[in-house]
Amino acid sequence: MRLLTRRISGGLSAKRRSRFAAPVVLLLGLLITGGAYAALAPANANTKTDDATTIAKGRALFLVGCASCHGKNAEGILTVRGKNYGPALAGVGAAAVDFQVGTGRMPMAQPGVQALQKPPAYNADEIEALAAYVASLGTGPSIPSADQYSGKVSNQELVEGGEFFRTNCTACHNFAAAGGALPGGKFAPSLVGVSAKHIYEAMLTGPQQMPVFSNGVLTPQDKKEIISYLKSSETEPNYGGFALGSIGPVSEGMFAWLGVGVLVGFAVWIAAHTSRSKKKKEA
Amino acid sequence: MGDTPDSHLARPAPEPIPDPGLEPHEPRPTDVDEKAEKRAERQVASLFGLSMVFAVLFCVCYFALKVGNHPTTWLGMGASNVALGVCFGLALLCIGIGAIQWARKLMGDQEIVEYRHTAASSEEDRVEAVSSLMKGVAESGIARRPLIRNSLLGATAMLGLPAIVLLRDLGPLPGNDLSTTVWKKGIRVVQDVDGAPIKPEDMVVGQLVNGEPALFFENDAEGEPLYEGVRLQQAKAKAAVIIVRMQPDDITPLPDRKNWGVEGILCYSKICTHVGCPISLWEQQTHHLLCPCHQSTFDLANNGKVVFGPAARPLPQLPITVDSEGYLIASEGFQEPVGPSFWERG
Repeated sequence: MRLLTRRISGGLSAKRRSRFAAPVVLLLGLLITGGAYAALAPANANTKTDDATTIAKGRALFLVGCASCHGKNAEGILTVRGKNYGPALAGVGAAAVDFQVGTGRMPMAQPGVQALQKPPAYNADEIEALAAYVASLGTGPSIPSADQYSGKVSNQELVEGGEFFRTNCTACHNFAAAGGALPGGKFAPSLVGVSAKHIYEAMLTGPQQMPVFSNGVLTPQDKKEIISYLKSSETEPNYGGFALGSIGPVSEGMFAWLGVGVLVGFAVWIAAHTSRSKKKKEA
Repeated sequence: MGDTPDSHLARPAPEPIPDPGLEPHEPRPTDVDEKAEKRAERQVASLFGLSMVFAVLFCVCYFALKVGNHPTTWLGMGASNVALGVCFGLALLCIGIGAIQWARKLMGDQEIVEYRHTAASSEEDRVEAVSSLMKGVAESGIARRPLIRNSLLGATAMLGLPAIVLLRDLGPLPGNDLSTTVWKKGIRVVQDVDGAPIKPEDMVVGQLVNGEPALFFENDAEGEPLYEGVRLQQAKAKAAVIIVRMQPDDITPLPDRKNWGVEGILCYSKICTHVGCPISLWEQQTHHLLCPCHQSTFDLANNGKVVFGPAARPLPQLPITVDSEGYLIASEGFQEPVGPSFWERG
């Protein structure tokens, strides 16, 4: 037994200067910490609780996950140049939180010109708590109810939704809602597959560079029509064949030039290879 | 050839690499093997036959696949368009491949040499051409009869006149239209599409509204729209505006533009000053408005100044205020022509 212990410790000691030693120790440490956290962390409450408890829970989550950029009281943090490091959140409302956290844009993985969509870091209960906490800081748009963004619309409303979409949205999001480029590495994302609730919240709150389309001007009915138009156009077949991403001349031009290149290559290949025979023709 | 006029020049050096001449011709398998020849023949014929099949398939698809309101779809694509394109393309391609196969395998492929001709015609031909031309000139007497020559020149020149007069059909001259819009004092700024009037308190900071003059949604005394058809489109092409709301502290108005906005709400022409694309790609945090056509960028917090791109003029601003009912109205028309520069504008 002693021999075994000594052999192990001797072996470890001999390998401690190996270039793999540090990463292995780090990995072990992380695994143990993470495992212990998963095993020992308090289970998430699944039952609905009253407002004060939700807000308190939201504040606790906020202090851990958001306060480093937005400040401990969501007052915002400025950079040394006076720009927003994380903006103040009083008055942005529950809808903004539900959109930003629900689409995974917040918390940001790293500072950058634009927060990217990714799998959400919080579950529905946690997002609700965070939204309740931020909503308690100041009045702002609340999370829309399902009947505001979904439900049957008439053909006439659908057509008007299309007109609203083409007037207000296509400049950035493209005529087929496929998204488009903005200055400085920013971009307007594709709207295909985005949930109706998140589209509604984005119009209502104007995330990042997107302008706000408030209910006072673009009414909830208008918004519902736009969303219905988007959802109905998602299911429309591409009548003309391959849409190539619906982003216009970029993909179409690339496809055409690649096609021309393939044809040129094919022509060269035809001319380059002709088999020859050593046999002579029999007279 | 040694006695050419250039013989005083140095003789060119002999070719450093001798002309290797042609390699001996080697027959193809189809030239020597009757079986291979037959096989190639069948291949070519099959390709031409395949082309016929696709041509027939094209016709079948044309009638079999539904178009219109409820088209047949394959994998989310309109089946008719895809099938017609693929069938016709393959029909052409099969003829092409068949012809190439024919040329490669069966047509004669003996290498031949053809030397270039000299560019000039022979001396006799040239003398003859010139003499017949001079004979023609003398017989027509074009040099001796200036009256005929000059009247012919005049008649040809005058043929240009009808062509110039026909340019008139391109339409009436624009007159003052390029410099003016329908905007004038007191016209409400309303949301495009539904014509809803806008109150400042309905707009929040960071908001963008695509606007039009209320005239486009109003009727005259007889209940007919004030503007419709081509007249509406022409007026709309110049009168479209965007209304944005920013933090009043962020805005740096020119001295004479201090009262052109309402609580941080400003109104600008939607028509780019470069070549007139409609622009509403507004970044609410930077206050920059980007034109998608050529990336001209305007700073709406700084009087529509051009901050990037080919546009030469700042975006025209429409002075706005509120009427007695609290809705946004134009307090004057545009102070300068909207849209791209034009000849008379200088």
